[in-house]
Amino acid sequence: MSYETVIGLEIHAELSTATKMYCGCPTSFGSEPNMHCCPICLAMPGTLPVLNKKAVEYAIKAGLAMNCSITDMGKQDRKNYFYPDLPKAYQISQLDTPICVNGYIDITPGGKTKRIRINRIHIEEDAGKLLHDAAGSSTLVDYNRGGTPLIEIVTEPDISSSEEARLFLESVKAILQYIEVSDCKMEQGSLRCDVNISVRKKGENKLGTRTEMKNINSFKAAVRAIDFESNRHIEEIEYGGKLIQETRRWDDAKGESFSMRGKEEAQDYRYFPDPDLVYIAVSDEMIAQIKNSLPELPAARKERYIGEYNLTPYDAEQITNSKHLADFFEECISCGATPKTVCNWLIGDIAKTLNEKNAEPADIPFSPAQLSKLIELIEKGTISNTAGKKVLSEMFEKARNPEEIVKELGLVQISDESALLRIITEVVSANPKSVEDYKAGKDKAIGYLIGQAMRATKGQGNPQIIAKLLKDELDKNI
Amino acid sequence: MNYYDLTAHEIHELLVKKEVTSVEVTNSVIERAEKTEPYIESYLERTFECAVNTARKVDEKIAKGEDISPLEGVPAALKDNLCTKGVKTTCASKMLENFVPCYDAFVVKKIKEQNSPVLGKLNMDEFAMGSSTETSYFKTTKNPYDINKVPGGSSGGCAAAVCAGSAVYALGSDTGGSIRQPASFCGVVGLKPTYGLVSRFGCVAFASSLDQIGPITRDVTDCANVLNSIVAHDELDSTSLDIPKVDYTKALTGDIRGMKIGIAADYIQDGINEDVKKAFLSAAETFKALGAQVGEYTMKAAKYALPAYYIISGAEASSNLARFDGIRYGYRSKKYEDLTELYKNTRSEGFGAEVKRRILVGTYALSAGYYDAYYKKAQKIRTVIINDFNEQFEKFDFIITPTTLSTAFSIGEKIENPLEMYLNDLCTVSVNIAGLPAISIPCGFDSGGMPIGLHIIGKALSEETILRAAYAFEQNTRFNKKRAIVKNKEGREI
Repeated sequence: MSYETVIGLEIHAELSTATKMYCGCPTSFGSEPNMHCCPICLAMPGTLPVLNKKAVEYAIKAGLAMNCSITDMGKQDRKNYFYPDLPKAYQISQLDTPICVNGYIDITPGGKTKRIRINRIHIEEDAGKLLHDAAGSSTLVDYNRGGTPLIEIVTEPDISSSEEARLFLESVKAILQYIEVSDCKMEQGSLRCDVNISVRKKGENKLGTRTEMKNINSFKAAVRAIDFESNRHIEEIEYGGKLIQETRRWDDAKGESFSMRGKEEAQDYRYFPDPDLVYIAVSDEMIAQIKNSLPELPAARKERYIGEYNLTPYDAEQITNSKHLADFFEECISCGATPKTVCNWLIGDIAKTLNEKNAEPADIPFSPAQLSKLIELIEKGTISNTAGKKVLSEMFEKARNPEEIVKELGLVQISDESALLRIITEVVSANPKSVEDYKAGKDKAIGYLIGQAMRATKGQGNPQIIAKLLKDELDKNI
Repeated sequence: MNYYDLTAHEIHELLVKKEVTSVEVTNSVIERAEKTEPYIESYLERTFECAVNTARKVDEKIAKGEDISPLEGVPAALKDNLCTKGVKTTCASKMLENFVPCYDAFVVKKIKEQNSPVLGKLNMDEFAMGSSTETSYFKTTKNPYDINKVPGGSSGGCAAAVCAGSAVYALGSDTGGSIRQPASFCGVVGLKPTYGLVSRFGCVAFASSLDQIGPITRDVTDCANVLNSIVAHDELDSTSLDIPKVDYTKALTGDIRGMKIGIAADYIQDGINEDVKKAFLSAAETFKALGAQVGEYTMKAAKYALPAYYIISGAEASSNLARFDGIRYGYRSKKYEDLTELYKNTRSEGFGAEVKRRILVGTYALSAGYYDAYYKKAQKIRTVIINDFNEQFEKFDFIITPTTLSTAFSIGEKIENPLEMYLNDLCTVSVNIAGLPAISIPCGFDSGGMPIGLHIIGKALSEETILRAAYAFEQNTRFNKKRAIVKNKEGREI
């Protein structure tokens, strides 16, 4: 029996406004606990919220970049529930007038374009953080994050695999970074997602029982969680188990999801319009102004790279998925490097190294000019390709000029033909057996001779020139 | 002369003429408070020393020949739901028994900027929920006209203090009548401004869409002066109006010739006390005699105003009071094993019965499956009431009703019967629902000598109109001139 997975995502992204959603406290990450708090975000009695206009602008920007319509009269609603990280005991969110509606993002799984519809994007405030002490005897609360503006992006159930989910999440992250409304740092919690998932037999119209998974902290975790949960659903169906609609918690360390609460225990949030706040009126002028301020978005940039630099769609996507990487790429080109070569370095060795270091493109320690120089050294034959990789790994460690590294490590390639010819003559005379073999038609023998010549140059001989000179030398003697 | 009996503008005149010092006036009021408080119990927290210091500063200013503003050096007091930096703000609740705010409410800042010596914090119904101060966790304030009777509520401490002479004026808050009803019961003037005219920042919220802060004073002139000092746009309150500054004292001309007055006929039929009805009808005659035209009208949704009010205010309160959870400030139960118990026990022990009742009603009204039938329907009634008022204000410049259908009732008389207690708000709640300005001024006394209030309602931002009407009435009746004689249980003047 074959099954199809139906997935919808709810993505929370912290907006990178300077101040919080309803007060003047800074939003910066990493301070001492409770240093970025005031009577308002601590919900001291008598305080009132005033909406941060920038947060609205950022949300509209995100909506326009994701092809949404913008709501001209939006209200803000209170979502009531008790939890120590929520000082007012309600979160100000938006229930039925989200600021952006009916958008979409196109992804290209397996090279084919697929449209993922966005149901809504609304603004809301983040909660604080609970800190449990090691002994487990007490719990402390840090309200620094409380009141940070968030957007919640809710998709339609248009996603049908973990791969599509990953592509979608990468697109969202890329767009938010391009329009500079969110840092999208998952490890700092500035991008989080919940997954709604159900499974049905192929060809069936009715959706299966849905579960929601929370606590997903990375794209990798999202992929793992979806694969785990869809398999769990299929197994339950196959073996006659009973799936229940529920909220589950994803435990990435264990690689399993666990039941949090069932539908019956679902909380009644008693939403109602927040009487402390007025309507959010968005004028056509404001929308037009924000639209005009949008930069080139990842999809357009990708198309441009395919047309302008002749990159393959896959390569172009790898580069443009990160604004930083794409900017880096373009700077290398303006330094004179060949686009295809730059691209290969960026999505090859550089991406691999970043991955190993668990770092982002923004963490690349060297400059585009330095990478361009490295490429030039290889293209001019000053160093070999292999030496180039060594230089790159040094550049990651020390961010120094490639020429200096080449000099220091003695990686300069010997391309001087007369010097190489002398060595080749010695190699030929020292290995009569191999010369015989070559002449007898055993082409493999030349490889051995090249190896011997390289060894004699301590690996610094230009292998292409050595091969050419050696072939000329052997052929001369026939 | 007893300085504590004077109005703010009379005190101001004496200060300007240097016939008295602010310290003398302040001490006179403090002595009066010390004498009356054992019987009236209007204060929850006294800051007398601080008040005298402010008074001294004002006296230095006067001595230097500097000009002073109308409230400068005039001792005032504040309802205990207005946050005062460094001074306990309890909302008359066990929940906030030891709560000390770290900031001043917007209006408190304004009063301090005026150099008005602040004498302390005044009793109220717990979290402003009640009509008698009997729901206060700490004590019940007594009516200075008869200490066996309630002063009204929820700003009962304010009205009683201003009436008894233990504060010259006070700031209260009004969600459904909480300034006007006690003003009426204690024979003083109470104004609820248009919603958004006075910043709510720092007023501990009861029902955000209904709450307004306003003055309780001894006459209409003081009311206009206090209003002048607290009206300003506040960027920290999203609902604060940003409108050109008005000098409300300019409206006090005494001339209401040609003005059209609507009488809300609904309120003078059933359930009204005969003395109140007589005083009200006589007030209408006074207006006529002053050259106004009087017409009757019937409110379409009058009988739905009270239920709509209790649903909307309860719903908002259930959410506004959720922050009192024992986590960050205020009362925390000593008995808990886990988080749920901490919440349950803290809120069970920290809130009084009336507050719990309102939270329950509000939570119910917002619950899934009941929202449409209650909260949403109440909001629709709200629209009907607003439209109805708008229609009336096409015909009338202002509307008059009795502030309450009866005079102050005895302590203990209604506390066990919430529905009867809620009827106190019958004439006042629709004003909050529609966000309108309204004032209660003394318009007579019942056969037992208890004050009766006249309620004047204007359209949004017509404070000048209602102050003008109130002033004209006051000038021609002088009910405000009477001062309560505070007597002990044996009926002897204290």
